[in-house]
Formats: sequence, C-alpha cells, structure tokens
Amino acid sequence: MRIIPADLIQKEIVKAIGEITYRADEKLLDVLRENYSLDQDTAGNEILGMILANNEIAPMDQIPICQDTGTTVVFAELGKDVMIQGATLKEIIDAAVREAYQKYGLRASMLSDPLYQRKNTKDNTPAILHLSQTDDDALRLTVAQKGGGAENMSFLSMMYPSASASEIIEYVVQGVLKAGAKACPPLIVGIGIGGNFETCALLAKSALFEPTGRKNPDPEYASLEHSILEQINQMGCGVQGMGGNLTAVAVHVKHAPCHIASLPVAVNLQCHVHRHKTIEL
Amino acid sequence: MNTHIIELPITSSKLEELKHGDKILLSGVIYTARDKAHKRIVESLNRGLELGIPWKDTAIFYCGPSPVRPGKICGAIGPTTSTRMDSYTPILLEAGLKIIIGKGEIGDDVSRALKQHGAIYLTCPGGVSAALARCIVSCETFLWGNLGAEAVYRMTVKDLPCFVSSLPSE
Repeated sequence: MRIIPADLIQKEIVKAIGEITYRADEKLLDVLRENYSLDQDTAGNEILGMILANNEIAPMDQIPICQDTGTTVVFAELGKDVMIQGATLKEIIDAAVREAYQKYGLRASMLSDPLYQRKNTKDNTPAILHLSQTDDDALRLTVAQKGGGAENMSFLSMMYPSASASEIIEYVVQGVLKAGAKACPPLIVGIGIGGNFETCALLAKSALFEPTGRKNPDPEYASLEHSILEQINQMGCGVQGMGGNLTAVAVHVKHAPCHIASLPVAVNLQCHVHRHKTIEL
Repeated sequence: MNTHIIELPITSSKLEELKHGDKILLSGVIYTARDKAHKRIVESLNRGLELGIPWKDTAIFYCGPSPVRPGKICGAIGPTTSTRMDSYTPILLEAGLKIIIGKGEIGDDVSRALKQHGAIYLTCPGGVSAALARCIVSCETFLWGNLGAEAVYRMTVKDLPCFVSSLPSE
C-alpha cells in the first residue's frame, strides 16, 4: 500500500492550475499555427493570429488566457494500492481550487444555487470530481478549467437504436453549426456514444482530454471521427464564426456498451482555450 | 478587410461608413455589464433611476473580467455570449445606447431594436484575454462591486479590436 499525503496532492493541483491558466493545449496551438497565414487578410486569420499571440502574452503578463477561468473539473484515477492520507480527494481538490484561485487572481464563477439565489461562492468551489479506480499504485489527476460558453452549447440525445452513423454525423454537425461563435471556435468536439444518460455525457467530457487529434484505436470510430471533423469544417463557420474552414481542430469519440433499447449520444464542446494537465503521483 | 479607428462617442457620419465584417479599433470610455448587471440596470431604468452611464456616448461590453492582481491595470478581458443579454438589450437601446460589444450571434428582436435605434453590434474575439488586457488603459468598479466579475466596470480602452456584426442599415 502506497500512502500519498493530502498536502502533496493539493500542492500539485495548485501548480497544475497555475500552468493551464496561462497556456492552452500545445497540440491545439500547433494546428492553429499550421492554419495561420501571414499574408491572408481575413477576420478569421487575424483572430487566429491574436489567439497565438495571446498564448505568448498571457505567461509574460501573468494574465489568464481567458477571463472565464472556468469550473475546475478533475478526472481522478486512483490505484487500488494507494491510500490518500489526511482528507478525502474532494476536500483536497476544493482546498487546491480555493488556494489557486486566490494565488493566481482567477475569476470566481461558481454559484451555490443554480436557480433561486445564484450566489457566488467567491472562491470557485466546488470543483467537479470524477473518480475511477485502476489496478496499480498510482494516482493520476487530469485537471481542467472548463469555461461556460462552450459548455452551454453542448448537447445530448437519447437516439433510437435504428439511428445510423450518418444520422449521428448529421446530429453532431448541425449542433456544432448551431453553437456557432457562441462556443468560441476553433473547437475540440468530445462525443460520447453508448452507456446510459449520464455515462454518455461523461464519455463526451473525458473525450475532450484525449491527446488532441489522436486517432481512435477502433477503425470504425476513427472513420466516424474523420467524417464528423471533415463535415464540421465544410460548414463555413470558421474561427470565432468569421467564416473559413477551421471550425474544429479535433473530434474525439468514446464509446461504451449500452442497453438494447438505447443509443445515447452526447456532444461536449471545448473552445480553443483548451486548458488541461494530467499529473501522476 | 477595412479597418476603422473609432474614438468614442461615435459620430453618425462615422457610423454610416461601417460595413458588415469591418474591423474596428475602438478607443474611449466603455462600461462592462453581463447577466446580473443587466438585470439590475433594467430594474433601475424601469424605476426611473439615473445610473450615471452616458448611454449615447459609450458602449456596453458584455464582459466579466477576472480580478485585478497587484500592480496590474486590469485582469483578463473578453466577451461573453451576447444572446444571454438579448431580453435586456432593447431597454438599454431605449435609454440611448448606440454600441453593444459581445460574442456570437444576437437574436432577431435585438437586430430589429438595433435598427430602430440606429445602433450597432460589434463582436470582440473570445479567448484572447491577455492580449485584450493590453488595450485597457484604466479600469475601475463603477456599480455593484459586490457582484465581483458581474459588476459594472468603467474602462478606458485604446484600440480594442472588434468586428462589425450588425448594422442599422442591414
């Protein structure tokens, strides 16, 4: 049994939040760089240049890359031979969020009640934790800041098993088109297929944090990802809705077994301010 | 792409020169307001209260900045989704507002209200907040500081990049 003290985990999470505050996913930035042209006089290209410059300015000026410093979302994989000492993982993560949001001057965006009081908790807690177990003695944490704009434009459908792959493609592409500039494209599109109502949403969320642009190990799903990406980028929305063929940088599908009556499909959108880091203890 | 350098308050002749998709570098005094501030502004206007915002001469920026850290002028600056403010916007336009700045499309009702009041909608790029922060010359809490990011901030901006997204002539 490995023992990991709570304060060590907290320290690592605070550090990770600091890093993702000032720079987006490197692989996403690589795709933006490939698409940026020095001699193209369009609004989309100009904004692409601003996004790239922003990621250089942010660490230099110590100003977050986006004013929406998000909900803190953590995917934790806890090895069966690990014991966390001193506090529950949820308590540790909330303590880290409280510390980091104060330390780096990040925006507190969490409300204690969604409908009636809508009162700000002032320290960006609570974080959202998804915990799973693994067969080892490590603790892996993927820490993300998820902004509200792209999250608001995410969508889910409990499709009938009669739905074809092309109907799913159409559903996703139309949804991304409807999201338009509101979701702050270029996007990462996370898609969950299967499971039930809540697991397909969780699959879609976790799909966002797959290595950007990775190819699905299953050839059929890889082909589905490819078709969706191609069609999204043919719709003409473009960078920040300004037109062009760069609306999405990557499409990641994750799938799971499901009930004979069901074919759940969830689509979670991630803006170009793709902030996440995986740490292993 | 046409670029216009605009100093607030905007003149009606300058407004007529603008075309959809043109780039604007905006300078002058603007005010931020997002969901909660809009609710309060509209409640105040409906009660006949003066808030001290010079509606005709300024712009409302749908923005909830991150906190200002010691030694900085402002925090991270950027637009939030405009449609969330759609139900309030016609009342601000009624008060005399000529420019709104946000992100994404706006509803048909707001487009019609803009046209009726000779006002414009500008979009500002999202997720470039450290770059936009360099356009902020000064930033102070103007109303309802206890709302944090949702308060109204009075900002002097220099060359804030925006794009013309809706015009009265459309």
